[in-house]
Amino acid sequence: MTTTPAQLDKVVIRFAGDSGDGMQLTGDRFTSDTAALGNDLSTLPNFPAEIRAPQGTLPGVSSFQLHFADHDVLTPGDSPDVLVAMNPAALKANLADVPRGATIIVNTDEFSKRNLSKVGYTVSPLEDGSLESWQVKPVALTSITVEALAEFDGLTRKEKERAKNMFALGLLSWMFSRTTAGTEAFLKSKFADQPEILAANLAALYAGLHYGETTEEFAVRYEVAPAAMPPGTYRNITGNTALAYGFIAASHRSGLPLVLGSYPITPASDILHVLSSQKRHNVMTLQAEDEIAGIGMALGAAFGGALGLTTTSGPGVALKSETIGLAVSLELPLVIVDVQRGGPSTGLPTKTEQSDLLQAMFGRNGESPVPIVAPQSPADCFDIALEAVRMATVYRTPVFVLSDGYLANGSEPWRIPAVSELPDIPVDFTTEPNAQDDDGNAVFHPYLRDSETLARPWAVPGTPGLEHRIGGIEKANLTGNISYDPDNHDLMVRLRAEKVAGIEVPDLEVDDPSGSADVLVLGWGSTYGPIAAATRETRSLGMRVARAHLRHLNPFPANLGEVLRAYPRVVVPEMNTGQLALLLRAAYLVDIQSVTQVRGLPFTTAELVQALTTAVDAGRPSVSATNGATR
Amino acid sequence: MTSTPQSIDLGMPRSGLADVPGLAADATKQTKKDFTSDQEVRWCPGCGDYAVLAAVQGFLPDLGLRRENIVFVSGIGCSSRFPYYLDTYGMHSIHGRAPSIATGLATSRPDLSVWVVTGDGDALSIGGNHLIHALRRNVNITILLFNNKIYGLTKGQYSPTSDPGTITKSSPAGSIDTPFNPVSLALGAEASFVARTMDSDRAHLTEVLRQAAEHRGAAFVEIYQNCPIFNDGAFQLIKDRDSQAARLVRLVDGEPVTAGLEDSRQVLVREPNGSVVFVPEAEASGRPVVVHDAADPNPTAAFALSRLDDGTMTHVPMGVFRNIDRPTYDDLVRDQVRSAVDGAGRPADDASLDALLRGSDTWTVT
Ligand code: SF4
Repeated sequence: MTTTPAQLDKVVIRFAGDSGDGMQLTGDRFTSDTAALGNDLSTLPNFPAEIRAPQGTLPGVSSFQLHFADHDVLTPGDSPDVLVAMNPAALKANLADVPRGATIIVNTDEFSKRNLSKVGYTVSPLEDGSLESWQVKPVALTSITVEALAEFDGLTRKEKERAKNMFALGLLSWMFSRTTAGTEAFLKSKFADQPEILAANLAALYAGLHYGETTEEFAVRYEVAPAAMPPGTYRNITGNTALAYGFIAASHRSGLPLVLGSYPITPASDILHVLSSQKRHNVMTLQAEDEIAGIGMALGAAFGGALGLTTTSGPGVALKSETIGLAVSLELPLVIVDVQRGGPSTGLPTKTEQSDLLQAMFGRNGESPVPIVAPQSPADCFDIALEAVRMATVYRTPVFVLSDGYLANGSEPWRIPAVSELPDIPVDFTTEPNAQDDDGNAVFHPYLRDSETLARPWAVPGTPGLEHRIGGIEKANLTGNISYDPDNHDLMVRLRAEKVAGIEVPDLEVDDPSGSADVLVLGWGSTYGPIAAATRETRSLGMRVARAHLRHLNPFPANLGEVLRAYPRVVVPEMNTGQLALLLRAAYLVDIQSVTQVRGLPFTTAELVQALTTAVDAGRPSVSATNGATR
Repeated sequence: MTSTPQSIDLGMPRSGLADVPGLAADATKQTKKDFTSDQEVRWCPGCGDYAVLAAVQGFLPDLGLRRENIVFVSGIGCSSRFPYYLDTYGMHSIHGRAPSIATGLATSRPDLSVWVVTGDGDALSIGGNHLIHALRRNVNITILLFNNKIYGLTKGQYSPTSDPGTITKSSPAGSIDTPFNPVSLALGAEASFVARTMDSDRAHLTEVLRQAAEHRGAAFVEIYQNCPIFNDGAFQLIKDRDSQAARLVRLVDGEPVTAGLEDSRQVLVREPNGSVVFVPEAEASGRPVVVHDAADPNPTAAFALSRLDDGTMTHVPMGVFRNIDRPTYDDLVRDQVRSAVDGAGRPADDASLDALLRGSDTWTVT
């Protein structure tokens, strides 16, 4: 049957199944094929912390959501237009997010009595009429796949069943007019050594495509036109990969070899994986015995003149705190990446949160200022890595990068920059004495600061004549010798603070088309997409909303206070209970309306639209402001 | 990638200092003074640390290295002040973490001779994890563990090597912890070089340091060090001329393991069940005498020697227990990087990085 595709401007698809069903791979492939068609997109993988939770249960459900459109996409989408549910657990776990009227494709083969009862269905929802308001498309995915592979004698039934995700991918590809060339190439390289498995996967993929074409059930197919994006070469990239590449680029631009000391932790481990495969770019990755050793190795390498890096998540930062304090005292360049996840303690390892801001700010003993930057999208992770390295090397200081689980695993199209056009990161090692002793001899003072940046000289071992000792005990200004002098300590504490406070950061840009908005919405980190989408929507409803986003959290941009005071109301959405709001109130004495949630998932556009609407209404004399979402 | 991995030269034992630049042949000979910093030494009078410092300052010129290529990294404790007193590069870090910092430094800088100075609390209590992992990885560093069997800097609490029953401020009824035997611990952690020496025996200390510096890989040296303030005389039994003779077991490679002098001389023999025991020399003939072999790839004999001291100091072996060649962590890390770079056929440059960023799945918007 030939159908003329209907035009859509955007679609949200969620693939959901058991952890073992290959949903992340299916989502990844659909994403690649979608990117290749020039749609803008955003993704949200969501998987359990357990590697293999019991099959068919609610805790075992893994999902992958993809939002693609003919215009710029800012979020992975609030609610799916299409849900693919590979079993009853996947249906049950996701149904609440699927708006009535949306399409649900279910794998009927898995709706057995046993599987239904595992998730508490006494009657099959496919039969009791409870799904009447949705467009349910029942497909016997497993058995059709097995049938399509009937002639593959060398494969067991289990192996054939496993190809059902490729069948689902083929079907969805037909529905949304995707080409499958990229997936075919991917399968060919993945199964290069297993020709039969390769042939079976391809056969399942084609079977899915043909099924869509020939079944009455799927009478409509859709097309989403390419998005208008700035010219360039694009690829799809996750935040963790973008961070890893950003550090390799920073190493290249600074001429410093990259040394990563790291201990595996969710959701940061992929940075370690990517970097350990890039030795070709002079990258050393040292998998340490624990979090503390990870940062110790990085700091040791930094003392020797390398670009020291450690990557972790919140619990790891807690363990690294003492060494970060040492780096503050030694005034050596070092970058600490915290891919935040739900806390406290082990918390929600695979879910996202922004609750380590205050830990990064204050989580050390003594007065211990550390600069903090935060990427706002997966692709921005690349630029933020370069920025962190610039700050660390120019100012000789540890720098925090606060990413989060959503950015780490989420992806978006990235316009690939030319390496030669990346910012330069010049690094000067000190090679000559910089002072004179009382007798007029040339000597080296490791704590004689640059008058502009207040950075101290970086003289690495191997430099003749500059032998010196540094340590965590308070040092005398200039000479760096041990000093317990009260005035010296007071001076050194203030110098270190002044140095960090004086780091040059770009001014905050405000997006305010009206020029006199009633409300400013200010965010940081991964809330960028949801905030931008919500702002767009409120504006289309006629509200005057200004928007700004912080990539530098310590020090803040110099114009931040001025920006905050320019608006009658300031709304700050965060995936914590108000950490940035606390800092802003303390620093600028402005009233902040904090909008918070810690559900392990990004904000939906709808909840932010509601919060902004409430804030705008609050300024109108006749409306009383009461809303549970703001406080 | 079509890499041809660089062969790792495992057959040829290389010096631990092979990659560290030495002084020019015609350079003026260094002296102890060259390694003495201008900082006032602040240990208590009579502290064993003075003797070790003097021995190290006196010994470093013998290595013939450029001063700027030597780095001492320490943790926290009395002994960890050591780097301040040496005119080399140095870092006085945080409690227990020196081995990890030294690992990062030594791995990224093969041209440095990296030393760790630590104590029984620093290395065996708070930093125990880093110590065992540095040893098993066999990082090319030299670890000097000053063992005084007490916490000095925090003013006299029992340490992980204190004898059971030790009365301290934090153990008024006597300590109840089972102590570590640092040599046994190091051997159990796969250390490739393990030795024990003593602050008061300058010649022995210097000879052990020489072998440790020469060793490629992690060299672990336990130094018995007296703390006259909080644990005076902890090693008196093996320092007193009279009591020393019967108790000290000097390990000499290729020689039978013996204790005592002349008439009271005892020889170590192997029992049928594999254990070892000292017997009077006269009774040793015809029995399998234990001949010391530090290069024995099997650590069993070295471990048995480490157990000769059961905590009573009846027999205390001194010297090099184990000294074997095996690949070092830092060499292997650098080899992998080198072979990846060589395998790529050209050095990393803008073009190779551009290719990495592009990946295999791109599209163009015009
Ligand atoms: S407390 Fe003991 S170990 Fe510490 S400096 Fe004094 S004598 Fe030496």
